[in-house]
Order: sequence, then structure tokens, then C-alpha cells
Amino acid sequence: MLNVSLSPHVHSGNSTQKCMLQVLVGLCPALLWSFYQFGSGAVIITLASVAFCLLFEFLITRFLLNTPSTLGDLSAVVTGVLLAFNVPSNLPIWIVAIGALVAIGVGKMVYGGLGANVFNPALVGRVFLLVAYPVQMTSWPVEAGYADVETGATPLSIIKRIANGETGLDVPAFMDSLLGVSGGSLGEVSAIALLIGGIYLLIRKTITWHIPVSILVSALVFGFLFYGFDVQLALDQLVCGGMMLGAIFMATDYVSSPMNSRGQLLYGCCIGFLTIVIRRYGAYPEGMSFAILIMNAFTPLINKYIKPQRFGVVKK
Amino acid sequence: MKTFKLGGVHPAANKLSAGAPIQVAAVPAVVAIPMAQNLGAPSKAIVAKGDKVKVGTVIGEPGGFLSSFVHSSVSGTVDKVDVVEDATGKKVPAVFIKVEGDEWEESIDRSTDIVRDIKLEKQQIIDKVKEMGIVGMGGATFPTQVKLAPPPTAKPECVIINAVECEPYLTSDHSLMLAHAEEICIGVQILEKAMGVKKAYIGIEANKPDAIELMRKTAANGFPEIEIVPLQLKYPQGGEKQLINAVIGKEVPSGGLPIATGALVQNVGTAFAVYEAVQKNKPLIERIVTVTGKSVAKPGNFLTRIGVPVANLIEAVGGVPEDTGKIISGGPMMGKAMPDTNSYVVKGCSGILIMKNAEARRKEAGPCIRCGKCVHACPMGLQPNFLARYSELNMLDEAEGERIYDCIECGSCQFSCPANRPLLDWIRQGKPKVMGILRQRAAEAKAKAEAEKAAKEAAAAK
Amino acid sequence: MLNEILIALGALGALGLLGSLLLCLVAKKFNVYEDPRVGQVEEVLPGANCGGCGFPGCHGMADACVKAKDANNSLGSLLCPVGGNEVMGKVAGILGLEAGAAEPKVAVVRCNGNICARPKVAVFDGAKSCAIAAATFSGETGCMFGCLGLGDCVKACQFDAIHINPETGLPEVDADKCVACGACVKACPKFVIEVRKKSAMKSQMPKRVWVDCVNKDKGAVARKACSNACIGCGKCQKVCKFDAITVENNVAFIDSEKCKACGMCVSECPTGAIHATEPVMIVVEKLKAKKEAEKKAAAEAAAKAKAEAAAAAAEAAKQEAAAEAPKAEPVKAEAPKAAEAPKAAEAPKTPSTKSPEAGE
Repeated sequence: MLNVSLSPHVHSGNSTQKCMLQVLVGLCPALLWSFYQFGSGAVIITLASVAFCLLFEFLITRFLLNTPSTLGDLSAVVTGVLLAFNVPSNLPIWIVAIGALVAIGVGKMVYGGLGANVFNPALVGRVFLLVAYPVQMTSWPVEAGYADVETGATPLSIIKRIANGETGLDVPAFMDSLLGVSGGSLGEVSAIALLIGGIYLLIRKTITWHIPVSILVSALVFGFLFYGFDVQLALDQLVCGGMMLGAIFMATDYVSSPMNSRGQLLYGCCIGFLTIVIRRYGAYPEGMSFAILIMNAFTPLINKYIKPQRFGVVKK
Repeated sequence: MKTFKLGGVHPAANKLSAGAPIQVAAVPAVVAIPMAQNLGAPSKAIVAKGDKVKVGTVIGEPGGFLSSFVHSSVSGTVDKVDVVEDATGKKVPAVFIKVEGDEWEESIDRSTDIVRDIKLEKQQIIDKVKEMGIVGMGGATFPTQVKLAPPPTAKPECVIINAVECEPYLTSDHSLMLAHAEEICIGVQILEKAMGVKKAYIGIEANKPDAIELMRKTAANGFPEIEIVPLQLKYPQGGEKQLINAVIGKEVPSGGLPIATGALVQNVGTAFAVYEAVQKNKPLIERIVTVTGKSVAKPGNFLTRIGVPVANLIEAVGGVPEDTGKIISGGPMMGKAMPDTNSYVVKGCSGILIMKNAEARRKEAGPCIRCGKCVHACPMGLQPNFLARYSELNMLDEAEGERIYDCIECGSCQFSCPANRPLLDWIRQGKPKVMGILRQRAAEAKAKAEAEKAAKEAAAAK
Repeated sequence: MLNEILIALGALGALGLLGSLLLCLVAKKFNVYEDPRVGQVEEVLPGANCGGCGFPGCHGMADACVKAKDANNSLGSLLCPVGGNEVMGKVAGILGLEAGAAEPKVAVVRCNGNICARPKVAVFDGAKSCAIAAATFSGETGCMFGCLGLGDCVKACQFDAIHINPETGLPEVDADKCVACGACVKACPKFVIEVRKKSAMKSQMPKRVWVDCVNKDKGAVARKACSNACIGCGKCQKVCKFDAITVENNVAFIDSEKCKACGMCVSECPTGAIHATEPVMIVVEKLKAKKEAEKKAAAEAAAKAKAEAAAAAAEAAKQEAAAEAPKAEPVKAEAPKAAEAPKAAEAPKTPSTKSPEAGE
């Protein structure tokens, strides 16, 4: 018996699972760096985060929604790794579990699962933890290990103090942040490792250049404007904190970002702008997660009003 | 290298029968020539049971303005006028002819000499094209004489010959170029004369270097106005709008005819058919069909009479392989899947593609992850995910707002969708509905304008 | 102290006054006139806002009722599935219409090409929609007219009244839930569903008879594609006493206005393409049994006659003519007897009441 369907009869072979796998591969350099930088802490947090995300997704699909399991699409694994990347490497495991529950449960499954969520699930989890457990979430280890590690200030908090007029502080070195030898969340410290992953994703066409480039360019421009035309501080904006992680892996989340190139450029520029505004004038030293979440909320609006370049339509 | 500006995808080319020589397919004992072989109105059969026909005898007349003549492809006796299945299994009227010998109409020049002088004038060429039943050979089967007579407002500037063959697997145009380069060039000149233009381009994708080379050489030898344009490999380059954009850089305005850019696009197969019709007086009674597939032992290109059973062609490459899951009339991106092999070769049949079970099955569709790959793939700058959704939910106003009427149904969106969503299936549902609304609206506006005009005139008369 | 309280009170009072003035102005300015009848109709509707009527809530339904009255002077097929005829009667009363004039109707699926009767020849692999399948090709089976089984009708039904039976692969209408709104008729790309009178006669029993096939192919082709197909033989047309059946394009059609649900056509149909509801089927069973018996009796009589003829063969040719008389008589004589045998247990009355009709 022959199959009959409408054309096209061939498919690129791409799948949701493959896309997620590519993202995981892209995250690998930064993950390996974090293992090197934070040692056992990074390993424990990452494994716990992924395991809890998978567990909660399984439980919710199995017992609450009564739908077939969606673990196979690997989106929960990506959420798990990204959540781990966004927390300090000495976070207690029970907090990681709560973060995973909020990320998967509130961030994704309440909307109906993959593809229906408005916000990036990992960021929902992270921001929830940041608000609920501010002490644990802002003690940044500066050495390898899990329990009882020495903590210190992140480059961003130093920059904030400098910008607020505090004197006697050294401007964080650009190269330190680029390589990732300073303190910070587990996966965000090494800008260069994240960049390598981002270039991999671009080559594999998993993401397009529009969102990362527009975020970085607008952050650089507004960083220059808002930090008193200081080139050093503006450049530091790109490599410090969650900028690279956010621009390459969080803001480009398929589900919560706009779909056409023009919309993506607008979305990226707004994220860059909001990040700098929050970093410079907000209460928190870091603004990437909030900026992305705010723009996630605007994504449906962007999709509605920003149309792609049409063929055969001339502007009058 | 040139290409079109928006979107596009890169399906695996799989040109298995590239370079294979053209074989002549055997004429079976009975042929069935369908009467619906062109876009538009079907033709009307004008023969009855028992009539004797020769190769080239007219057996069907145009059934309307957008319709064409149909000729007998064999000599013999009309067995019956009945219905046959078309490629999709639907019933269409057809003339069955019992083959007796191979006697051709005397008016047809059967010699292989190449005739270079174009004796006919503009209108004579168009009449001849109509008389010989020429239709677009790329698959759309648009009656060529209609395309050669554009509205008087159009200003034709050039002829673009579509030798792109961007559909994977198919090689019929490729093999035709390798075998009949000079005839094609003369055909292009005839088309130029019919359109009253002095410039022609032949667009060929870069994966056919031998054809590019040969066509260049041929064109250099007495066809100075024909320019060969190699094009970057990208689907759907063979789409009329995309080809014009790739070759001369202009965009066909949305809702307008391609001729608005000054370009007339014709398939390379059509150019050859026009040559044969005008110079050799030979109607469109045979075409080259690629019979191919990964499980086919010897994929090949067959010169086939119209009306030969598809099953015979498959038999010629060794029959339907064991592990067959799908048989397609045309290419894998825009061809039609056949429910069985009971149909017959028609003028628009460029290939028979046999797919293995594993390739044939669509994967189960998942939820849309809004990755935007369909948007980036769309050569018309549309948002297929929205179009499909709106069509599915019958939200026709929204679909119209997203310009569903611009869709060329190339399938790039569905090809690239990681969630395996049947995007084009749904878009094809919504598009005709929106087109219907637009037409109705236009008709109403026209009627209203006329009524107002009449009222004004009446008032003026008073 | 008092001063402060007074100031606070005064300020709040002034704000309240300002706000109320604003509200008044806005209400006046943006007031939308609404037909008072809409409100009255909405009063009698259940107010559950279930949307079962196909409108967004009871207000929408009330609006539609008033509009229908103004446009057609009837409520048409509007029905509140929750309130039923009672509520619609009240609505009609409010709008000054006569209630319950329309005869109840119901949707029927005119295809019986189930999985056993209609073997698949191809597999549809596209999006799960009949409209798409119909646009793609002739259908998964050899029959290009029948039900595609992908459930566009199920999706179209607002009343949960039509479902695909997984055993047959065909939709089945729940006559109790069906309100004959016609949504499924419009949704079906193959025009397989039809809205018919719920009962042929004015009885409460749902007596319906319909041709369960829309195949327009010639008999042999149709039969080859589906063993339950109507082959357009016309036997039903001949047997119908009420002139309700027409055969056109190789397919029979029963006019539900003329049909009296006698069941004759059902028992006559050689392919079983004519379908009837339970109450009619009881009669049909009896008719069929009788026919069987008749056949049996006729066969017996023929055998008997043959035997007698053989015995009499040796005798003179004169006696051969006499052999024809007994041949006719045993039929009449034995028919009731033979019919009694299978039916005796359940309905001893049947043969006696029906036999005169059969004999004539």
C-alpha cells in the first residue's frame, strides 16, 4: 500500500530533539570551564538541576496532565543546564530543586508545555530564586569546591560601586572576565567559552545572528552612553555577568523570542538597553535576566506587529 | 553567483539519473490520453469509438480560453472515451486508443535536421503554439499561447528560460539540454520573436556544469542575445517569481503578473516543444520523464508518448521495488503522491519518483516551538506558522492580513520545520478560501462602481 | 485634629463626586442602544453561557434570536440545547412567534463503508483533516465518494453528538444529542452527511430509513470498492409503494418527506445499503424472515412438483398440465407454515397477520 500526502514529500530531517541537542553541545565549552573553575560544586549543581527538571517534567506530564511523556525532546535537559548556569556553584540542593520546580512547573507546564510558554523557563526559575533566596543566590564562590568555599564580589558589583562614585576600586580587567577567572554564576563566568558555543550554534544554523549581535551591540552602545563614555566600563558590560550567556543562550530561546529577523533585531536591542539601564540604575548589579523576561512578555506583540520583509511588496 | 533574495532551503539534490542518456520508452498496446492536461478548463474530446487516428491527429479541443488542444500520440483506433484516474486517483475523461502501427500525420517533419530560419511571424507563432497544444512543461501546464499574449499594458523586455530544475531527483530538463542544446536556443529565439523582445536569459543551477558549458558554447555559436546565467543552488529557484528575482533582480509585485517585471518565463522543455511545434510542425505528443528513486536499480530519463501508463514506465526501470512507500508524480518538493500506478503520463509529468518506506512516512507532528525556521525559509517573506494556524482555525481575516494569497506552495516551510508540522497542508486549505473572498470582494467593488457610474450617468441625463 | 478629618473627608468626597460625574458622562456618551427584547429573551435562557448553541454565551444567543425573528420571522434552526424546546417555546412567545412548528430533524451519515466492507488501497499520511485528505486524492479506499473517517464532522459538532466509531472507522450520530444544526453537513467535504426528518411518521418512535451510500460509480465499480455500496439496481425503487425512492447517478435516494418507513426497501436491497433505525428494523426482520420462508417454500414446492412430474412422467401427457395446478397451490398453503417455524417462538401472530399480504 502506498502512502499519500500533499507535497513536500521530503523533510530536512531536523527535529525539536536535534535542535535541543545542538544547544546542549553549544553549552558544553562553558560547562567544562565551570567544572574546571568551580570543581565539584559545578558538577553537583548541574546534575541536580537537570535531574530535578526531568523529574518534575515527568511527574507533571504523568500525573497532572496525563499526557505522553515529553522528556524525549530534551527541552527539560536544556532548561536544567541553563538553570544551573544561572546559580552560584555553592547553592544548597534543596534550593536548586525549588528552582527546577518553578522553572518547569510555573515557567513551562502551566502554559501547556513546550512551545506554549511565554517566558524562558530557566529564567523564571532563576529570578524566582533570586527574589526568594537573595542571600544564597548572591554569594559567589571564587574557588573550586561545593561546601564552605570562599566567596567574593563579582565584577558587576564592583562596577556598580565604581559607577556610583565609590573610589579606590580597581576596574575589573576585561581579559579576566573574557577568560572567566572571576566570580559569578556557574556558567556565565567565561565569556570566551560561551562565545565558542555560540559560534558553533551559528555554524549549525541552530540560531541566527540577529538576537546575540543586536543585544551585544546595543549593550555596548548604551553601556558607553550610561557609564560616562568610559570605553573600559562599556567593554566590561559585554563580558561580565550574564551578558554572553543571556545573549547567546537565553534570549535566543526559540519559544520566547520573536520569529522573524526584524522582530529579533528589535527584541535584541531592547534587551541590551534594558540590561544596561538595570545594571546602571537598578537595585541589582545584574539586569540580564530581568531584561530578557521583560522582553519575553513583549514577544507576542512583536510577532504581531513586526512583519518580515515581504517579497514583491514595495513600501509606498 | 546569483540567486533570489529571501529564504530558500537546500534539500539533498539526489540527481541519480543525471547524465543518463535519453531512452525511448516502448509504445504500449493501448494508451489513454486524459483530456485534462492543462491548467484551466479541460479539453473536449472530439473523437468517438472506432475513429482512426494517426500520431498528431487532434483528438481534443480547448474547452475554454484557458485550455489547449490535445493530440493523439499514437496511431490506431479509438477504443472508447471513458474516465481514467489522474495522478491523485481522481477520475478525468480520457480517450483510449488501441495502437496499430506508427503512422504519423504527413504535415509533421520527422527528420532530425535542425531548422534555424524562423519563417513565421509573431501572431502566426502564437497560433501555431496553440494549434500544437503546447503547455508549460515545468509541471504547472499553463497553456503557452495564453502566456505569450500578455495584457496590452505589459511591456515585455526579455525572455527567461527556466532550466533551473531545483526539484531534487528530477533530471529531465538537464538531459534535454544535453541532447538538444541548439534546438532549445532556436526555441528561445522563437519565443523572443513571439514576445517582440531581443534579450533572453537561460537560468541554470550550478549543479549542472556540463549543461551550462554546452549551452554557453551553443549560444556563442549564433545566438548572441541569449545569456546563460548560472545560479547558486537553492530551492525554490525554479519558482517563476524567484527565478525572475534571481536572474534580473526584479520583484514580481504581490498580486501582479510576472510580466509586470518585463520578463516572460518559460520552461526549457517548453522552449524545445515550441521549437518542434513551429519549425517541425510537431504537436506536443511526447516528453521526457525522469523515472528515479533510491531503490530503483537503473534510474533513467525516458522519451515517453503522452498517455502511456505510468506502470509501464516503472516496469521499464525494473518494476516497483519491494520496499516502496510512496510514488510521486513530479519531484519530492511539489509533486503529487499517487495512490496507485493506474494513471497515465500527461504533458506536465516531469518525473516518476519512487520512495522507500522509510523516506515516505512523515514523522509525527509535535508542538510548534516557534523557532522561526519556517519564517526564515519562506521565499515570499511570509510567516507560515501563523498562516497554518489561521487556516486550521478558519481565521480567514487574520490569514489575509498575513498575506496568505502570496504563498507559492513551494513547501520550504514544512521542509524545514523541526516539529514536523504539516504547515503547507493547512495553508493550502486557507489560501483558496481567502482568494475566494478577495475575488468576491473585487467583484462586489466592481459592481458597486458600475452601479454608481450608471446612477451618475442617469442623473446627468436628467 | 477635627480639621484634618474634615479635610480628608472633603477631599475624598470631592474625588468621589468627580469620579461619579465622569462615570455619568462616559455612560451617556458611549451608551449603545440595545433592543429591549434581547434582554427579555436572555432572561428566559438558562444563563449558563455554555456556548452549546454556537454563540458566545446566552446574550449572543438572545441577540441571534431577535435578529432571526427580524430577518426571517422564524427562529430557524436556533436551539438552546440546555433548555430544549421548552425554553425555545418561551423565546418564541416573547418574540411573538408560534413555537414548535418545525418537525424534529437529525443528521444521518450516508456511508456504511466500514473497515471490513471497504478495504484500504492507500494510506493517507497528511494532517488529520477530511478537507485536506479530500483535496489530496481520491481516498484511502477504492470508493472516492465515501466517508474519509478523519473526523471533520466531529470537530464541527458543538453538541458532542457525532463521534467516530473506532470499530468501523465511521462517524455515528447520537440522535438524542443532535440538534440538526447542519454544522457537520457543511464540514464534510464528501457531502456524506444529510439532515433528515427524525421520524417518517408523526410517531414518537424514531422511524427513519435512508440509503447508506453516496457512491455514484457504476454498480460493478462501486461493489468492487465496497461490499456495502449502493449499486443503483433500482429494486428499492420498484418495491416502494410511496414513490419515495429515486435512483440517480447509480445511487438511490429516499425522500424523507414521502417515506413511511415501511421497511420494504430495506429487505429488498441486495447489498444492505439501505439502513433503518431500530423500530423499523423489527419490521424488516419479519419481512426478511417471511421472504426466506417464501423462498424455501417455493423451492420445496418446486422440488415436490418436480418429483411429482417425474413420477407422472410415465403417464399420459394430459396429466402434465395438471402438475402446474398443484405447483401454485402448495405455495399458498405452505407459506404460513414455513414462516411459522422460525418465528413461532417470539411472534406467533406475525404469519397470520402478514400472510394475506404476502400471498397476494
